Amino acid sequence: MADQTNHGAEATQKSDAAYWAANVRIIVISLIVWALVSFGFGILLRPALSGISVGGTDLGFWFAQQGSILVFLALIFFYAIRMNKLDKEFGVEE
Amino acid sequence: MDQFTINLLFVGASFALYIGIAIWARAGSTSEFYAAGRGVHPVTNGMATAADWMSAASFISMAGLIAFTGYDNSSFLMGWTGGYVLLALLLAPYLRKFGKYTVSEFIGDRFYSPTARVVAVICLIVASTTYVIGQMTGVGVAFGRFLEVSNTAGLLIGACVVFAYAVFGGMKGVTYTQVAQYCVLIMAYTIPAIFISLQLTGTPIPALGLFGEHTASGEPLLAKLDAIVAELGFAEYTAHHADTFNMVLFTLSLMIGTAGLPHVIMRFFTVPKVSDARWSAGWTLVFIALLYLTAPAVGAMARLNITEMMWPGGTSGDPVSVEMIEGDERYNWMATWEKTGLLGWEDKNGDGKIAYFNDQDADTVAKMEAAGWGAENELTKFNRDILVLANPEIANLPAWVIGLVAAGGLAAALSTAAGLLLAISSAVSHDLIKGSINPSISEKGELLSARVAMAVAIAVATYLGLNPPGFAAQTVALAFGLAAASIFPALMMGIFTKVNNKGAVAGMVSGLVVTLIYIFLHKGWFFIPDTNSFTDADPLLGTIKSTSFGAVGALINFAVAFTVSKMTQPIPQEIEDLVESVRVPRGAGAAVDGH
Repeated sequence: MADQTNHGAEATQKSDAAYWAANVRIIVISLIVWALVSFGFGILLRPALSGISVGGTDLGFWFAQQGSILVFLALIFFYAIRMNKLDKEFGVEE
Repeated sequence: MDQFTINLLFVGASFALYIGIAIWARAGSTSEFYAAGRGVHPVTNGMATAADWMSAASFISMAGLIAFTGYDNSSFLMGWTGGYVLLALLLAPYLRKFGKYTVSEFIGDRFYSPTARVVAVICLIVASTTYVIGQMTGVGVAFGRFLEVSNTAGLLIGACVVFAYAVFGGMKGVTYTQVAQYCVLIMAYTIPAIFISLQLTGTPIPALGLFGEHTASGEPLLAKLDAIVAELGFAEYTAHHADTFNMVLFTLSLMIGTAGLPHVIMRFFTVPKVSDARWSAGWTLVFIALLYLTAPAVGAMARLNITEMMWPGGTSGDPVSVEMIEGDERYNWMATWEKTGLLGWEDKNGDGKIAYFNDQDADTVAKMEAAGWGAENELTKFNRDILVLANPEIANLPAWVIGLVAAGGLAAALSTAAGLLLAISSAVSHDLIKGSINPSISEKGELLSARVAMAVAIAVATYLGLNPPGFAAQTVALAFGLAAASIFPALMMGIFTKVNNKGAVAGMVSGLVVTLIYIFLHKGWFFIPDTNSFTDADPLLGTIKSTSFGAVGALINFAVAFTVSKMTQPIPQEIEDLVESVRVPRGAGAAVDGH
């Protein structure tokens, strides 16, 4: 039931724009983390992290073969939880 | 019971399970055939998507790719999982909200252009077909090895099984079968890994064992591996040798390609709500990560095991003798795999020993000659694809584990093949027949045409599996390149920007054409050997290999689309409304009722 009797069409449009802006902000932050752990820690910044040793090798290797995958998982669940909350805040949930 | 009977038992039991599920979950409507009635729980969908995504390449090849290269092939691990972040954040929820059945349908509607839809269908069919060939060949190889039948017979059995459950069950049958296949493949992958991790590190969790201590030497496992391969003249396992720029670009291409593969995207149409699509992407990655966190451990541990078997007295001791390989029970796997032609050794200097080392490295050659083992590496062939399948035998695990691995390899190949065939058949029946040729077709007629399209697709895939066009391996790069350069950017711009029809078509076509040309310049025109002008060792642009070009293609797509869109008419009001509605979850339920 999509009709929102308590909102005027204009108000809905405005809140939809704010909802979208909030969503894009969460996406940008998540993608910065996504790039940092994989391309950053896993590849480009590996030399800078070489001093930190993890199980017989360095932190960069750990990020490349294990850490980035764990962070990816955390990111997707963070996004799902955060967005479900945002849906409720803006009253746009199904 | 001998190994053959055990393999037969495991594979037979798993097949009976798949067929049973298929009969239980028959599709009666187009909604069930294309989207399983949109009634799939997000966790169930996650498991099915994981099986759909993890193909013979993930199950059979990936650990081998990592084992023999080490750190440099981390790209596969990050690329094939990182794509799910893009999918979950940028595509899945909005496409679910859109509420139609196929990826091309979204592109066609959003860009109000039948041309865009046809371009998307072509990309989809080419990408899926090239991908499915590899799966069918994998089915043939796995059957050939474990059931001791010919490749041809194995492939035909596999095709009949896929036919049985995909044609009748559609998305509904395929989804529930894939759940069972996921369970089989993940057990098959992790159980041997747990045994091996216990043997080497005393830790039952392989991912922890990888960074744990090697019990026999008391050193960290990776430090031990680095030392032992370095002594034989190979590149250090954990060190970075690849070109950094190309590695970044390759990883990015795999990520974008993963997020653009239509058979994966369409899975998110099957869940009931937009919020379920977000959760489902997370669950998919959980189930994928179980294998992807295990794979690097499998690779490193197998490399260590193999190296130690070739040098039973340590690298400063004697290499393994021919007598031992032929007589000792622990080396039986070498004889079994030699028969397949994927493993080979030769006592070149006639000293009765098989010395395994890097004979391209001058220092090591000098060292080996001084020790009297000759100047040439005598383990002449070790196909990387046998690593996972031979791993339980190498680690001397019980016969039932080997049977389980056989069933797991087949589950991985069959589940991906079914998902791809489904993507092809819905593109043909829904986008081509209903979308352009005969829009007034009845639901019954559409369902029938979907099944016929599926049967034809299976026949074509089987034929190509039996007569692989020599370039099967290269075409996987093509599938990812197409998905990255055409499908992903089009979908993303459709949701996040107001790019118009002309911009989208120009972007897709230019991304596609430039990527194709770049791949053909390096792999040969239409993959015909010796028609290439460049090689991946010495690429046209800097260090960018043709396999890494997908990301560049995507960039070209975005740039052209924005430029053309700026210069042409803005999108009409109804499309503006469509974009606004896709961005907000409210009302997704109503869209489903409309079908």
